[in-house]
Amino acid sequence: MKAGRRKPRWGLRLALYVLLVLAVSFFLMPVYMMLVTAFKEPRAINLDTAWQLPQVWNWLSFAEAWRAFRPKLLNSLILTVSASAISAVVGSLNGYALAKWPFPGSRALFSFMLFGMFIPYQAILIPLFQFVKAIGLYGSIWGLVLVHTVYGLPITTLIFRNTYVEIPSEIVESMCIDGAGFFGIYRFGVFPLSLPGFVVVIIWQFTQIWNEFLFAVSLSNPASQPITVALAQLAGGEAVKWNLPMAGALLAALPTLLVYVVFGRYFVRGLLAGSVKG
Amino acid sequence: MRWRKKRNELTSFLVLLPSLVLIAIFVYYFIARTVAASLSDWGRDPSQALALNPETHFIGLDNYRELFTGVIDVRFRQDLVSTLFFTAFFIAGCLLLGLLLAVAIDHRPRAEGLFRGVFLFPFSLSFVVTGTIWRWLLQPRGGVNRLPTMVGLPPGEFAWLTSRDQVWRFEWNHLPAIVLVLAALVLLLMALSAYRARRGRRAVALAAVAAGLLAGALGAARGLVLLPFPELHGFNLAFVGIVVAAVWQMAGYTMALYLAGLTGIPIELREAAIVDGANDWQLYTRIMLPLVAPITLSAMIILGHISLKIFDLVFAMAGPDNAYTDVPALLMFITTFRGNQFAKGASIGVILLLLVALVILPYLRSQLRRRGRA
Repeated sequence: MKAGRRKPRWGLRLALYVLLVLAVSFFLMPVYMMLVTAFKEPRAINLDTAWQLPQVWNWLSFAEAWRAFRPKLLNSLILTVSASAISAVVGSLNGYALAKWPFPGSRALFSFMLFGMFIPYQAILIPLFQFVKAIGLYGSIWGLVLVHTVYGLPITTLIFRNTYVEIPSEIVESMCIDGAGFFGIYRFGVFPLSLPGFVVVIIWQFTQIWNEFLFAVSLSNPASQPITVALAQLAGGEAVKWNLPMAGALLAALPTLLVYVVFGRYFVRGLLAGSVKG
Repeated sequence: MRWRKKRNELTSFLVLLPSLVLIAIFVYYFIARTVAASLSDWGRDPSQALALNPETHFIGLDNYRELFTGVIDVRFRQDLVSTLFFTAFFIAGCLLLGLLLAVAIDHRPRAEGLFRGVFLFPFSLSFVVTGTIWRWLLQPRGGVNRLPTMVGLPPGEFAWLTSRDQVWRFEWNHLPAIVLVLAALVLLLMALSAYRARRGRRAVALAAVAAGLLAGALGAARGLVLLPFPELHGFNLAFVGIVVAAVWQMAGYTMALYLAGLTGIPIELREAAIVDGANDWQLYTRIMLPLVAPITLSAMIILGHISLKIFDLVFAMAGPDNAYTDVPALLMFITTFRGNQFAKGASIGVILLLLVALVILPYLRSQLRRRGRA
């Protein structure tokens, strides 16, 4: 072994781990703070001792946050599951149509759709608000389902289109010769290969819709509030006792964290698909 | 065979049609409605503001004129400045930290997957969750400010979210000149790179336009007066904490983008460089980073459009009513739904749309064109 070459390498390794440990502490610092604060008794929370572990571990904040947030979590769940499912199914059909049966002008129509996923929603919020009110869905969870489904269509269509482009055209052509029609090919040729696409799309939509705030705060009422709105209101109140918002933040974060931990691999694929557009 | 293909193409169009109609209404028609509202006086008459069918009048660009030059809309101008500063620091922070982490992970440390997971998990959280936690961490006499006491130093004094201080102040009346000078600088840089690429004619043309802009800037600085009085705007230090929280949430995502690029570089290329005697620093600065440069551009655009739209994080960290940590996306919401100034809110929405389109449209075009060639 060349001893001379190993020494600088060793230094580099050390620097690497120092950097990584520093970065890990930066990324986990808020998690630590959230947990120790949530587990403290309200009267034990004070700014000077904020970093210390609780002297008495107190679970009651979670029980209280759960009581307050359960209906909101349920709202978020109904909203997120319905809107993700609908936008995924429609996006899958759209993606199949665009990838396998392009027609004159289909590329332009695709761009026409894609622009919809970048717009700042403030630019459509006022007419949207009026529209949702006019069709009687203001303050209802189904109004939010509709809105999230529609504004989810560009990204779901994009991800499915990019997945289906990879499916060899020979499959489609041979099925076509065997007499299968548009939907037959989708049902028996394309859909069975769609599982990864569906996982990516549903994870993406689930986290986006669960975490969304602008539509939620503009179009819901106290009864139909999703969790993000309830959390923002709880934490924004004056003279707030911090154990409750921290326990609430954990409850609000758990579903998407769970998705992230279980489907981490697809999660990364989804966020790459959602970023490298086109 | 041919007629069947035609028939399937027709079905394809019909399958897409409902989505296209929905997008046409929810995106394009609604944008048109917002633009129309922004040209009206909807909300100026309080009795009409919340009416089911409000009576409104066309007033042209008056709302925009007020936003940029009216006395009462000073808050909007500061918000615009704030959001640009925020965007610059947010992008820079995410790119630097993201690249650093990506290079570190690319060195294959032990427990690589664990590190990657820790850096990326904030991306799965809601900005509201992030904001709530960081709001507690940034309490003036607690959290982060208490950290120095753990090693025996005096506690930090910085008033994170409540600071009233402003740095890098400039006069609003100088804005047209500043914008023109910046545009001229960008053009000059483009001219320089064209010259380097030995495209002389293009370089000369670009330099000429830049010179013209500079001359215009000097003229504009003298001639154009936006406000009858001086008005100072700058970077509000209360934003520093919000930038930190935003970088905390999005740096891992930037890392993942870079990692995807780095792992895509063929192993042979690295080995060849190492055989040729390149050390670690040279390997990255000369070989790897130039190859992931396109990712930097994509990341800048994605982060930039997130940052221009940022709303929930600011809402959760500093509340909706803190003028020192306000951004246009939040002001639009308050103006519209709290103040019932629908026309003014619509104008802010349109300005946001224009800012985002400025970033996104060239990107979408280049992406679609590149795919067309492939």
